[in-house]
Amino acid sequence: MPKIRIPKGSPSIDMTPMVDLAFLLVTFFMLSASFRSSEPVDVDVPSSISDNIIPKNVVLITIDKGGRVFFTMSDPEARRELLTNMAGKYKIGFNEDQIKRFTFMSSFGCTMKELPGYINMEAEARKRFNTPGIPYTDSTANQLKDWINYGNRAAINSGRTAFAEEKNKGKNPNANDFKPKFILRVDSKSLYVHAQKVIDVFRDLKLNNLNFVTSMELAPI
Amino acid sequence: MSDIAEGGGEGQHKGKKRAKKSSTRVDMTPMVDLAFLLLTFFVLTATFSKPKVMSLVYPAKIDPKDPPKEQPKINNAITFLLSENKIYYYVGQFYPENSPGPNGPTRLIETGFGTKGVRKLLADKNKYVLSEKTIYGKKLKQEEIADSTYLRRLSEAKKNKQALKVLIKTDDKATCKNFIDLIDELKIAEIGVIAPLELMPSEYALMKSKIK
Repeated sequence: MPKIRIPKGSPSIDMTPMVDLAFLLVTFFMLSASFRSSEPVDVDVPSSISDNIIPKNVVLITIDKGGRVFFTMSDPEARRELLTNMAGKYKIGFNEDQIKRFTFMSSFGCTMKELPGYINMEAEARKRFNTPGIPYTDSTANQLKDWINYGNRAAINSGRTAFAEEKNKGKNPNANDFKPKFILRVDSKSLYVHAQKVIDVFRDLKLNNLNFVTSMELAPI
Repeated sequence: MSDIAEGGGEGQHKGKKRAKKSSTRVDMTPMVDLAFLLLTFFVLTATFSKPKVMSLVYPAKIDPKDPPKEQPKINNAITFLLSENKIYYYVGQFYPENSPGPNGPTRLIETGFGTKGVRKLLADKNKYVLSEKTIYGKKLKQEEIADSTYLRRLSEAKKNKQALKVLIKTDDKATCKNFIDLIDELKIAEIGVIAPLELMPSEYALMKSKIK
């Protein structure tokens, strides 16, 4: 009787290509993921067909459902200048550590008085921090106006340096790209009167060209 | 190479071959598990749609120090009045109540945010710009004109006298969503002049009576 050979082939399949693919995808998604810095409020933005991406040098005002206002700007260097100017105007001292923390902070919505304490907080405490937002309705103590005004000036300066740097590198940058842009991130449920008051602050400062953050929606054909 | 491996004396005879064969493969299952776990995590957390911005130019505030300018007569304009999820409009100038003349007191017309409401209305009223757009769009497709020419012609058409101008007024109940939705419709309809303005008391009264 001839020997019967039981085929020794193992039941396992070669998984290498699949693993390759899986890791490729993992790498792709990992690298393309951009983690949002934790914002103090969740804002559900309205949708539009606009497909302009957010510009580089921005001053961003967030208006939440209840009409509270939050401020931030993109350039860390400009934020340093901004805080120094604001500290001078409101006669509040900030130490070097606080200024440094401020340059990396996400949106904030507190009064100037609360600001030093808010800067010192950890991320978790900031989330729980209850604030009425930056005051903007009062015409005499309109802190938002100061934030925007000094923010604008600081952003113009930092934009100029960035522009000069690009030019020194031998590139041909468009000066318009470096000018500060003003962006409103409004919650879709927020009343328009709140936004209108903020817009009036901008218009008082002769800043009439504003942008609204929207999520993308397909354009009708 | 095969001779070095597998220690001990027990594999001297038959069992030797079997032991060698199975040794080169690593069990990849845990690694694959992990890889797919990570993959699922990143796929689910990935946000593809980056936020976009929509620009809007507001009219400059009138400085009281400036000499008062003669208000230009608005022709071919439409005014939208927004309230909470409601939208009204009137065409042309506003005539207050008990004003005489053929245009009579202004009446508000209600419309909707959907494709049948505002979009149809604007497409109708702004025919001039939209037809210009299709003409030049066709030329662009047939490569008769360049991209920059197309954009220039389009902006020229938007500034033309025949192009529709839109004024927007909101009451105290309108939400930002209503406002942005309307602006979006205006952008779809290629409206060149958009002016968000303050609501006049007489208009507000008219709106109130309409809402009830």
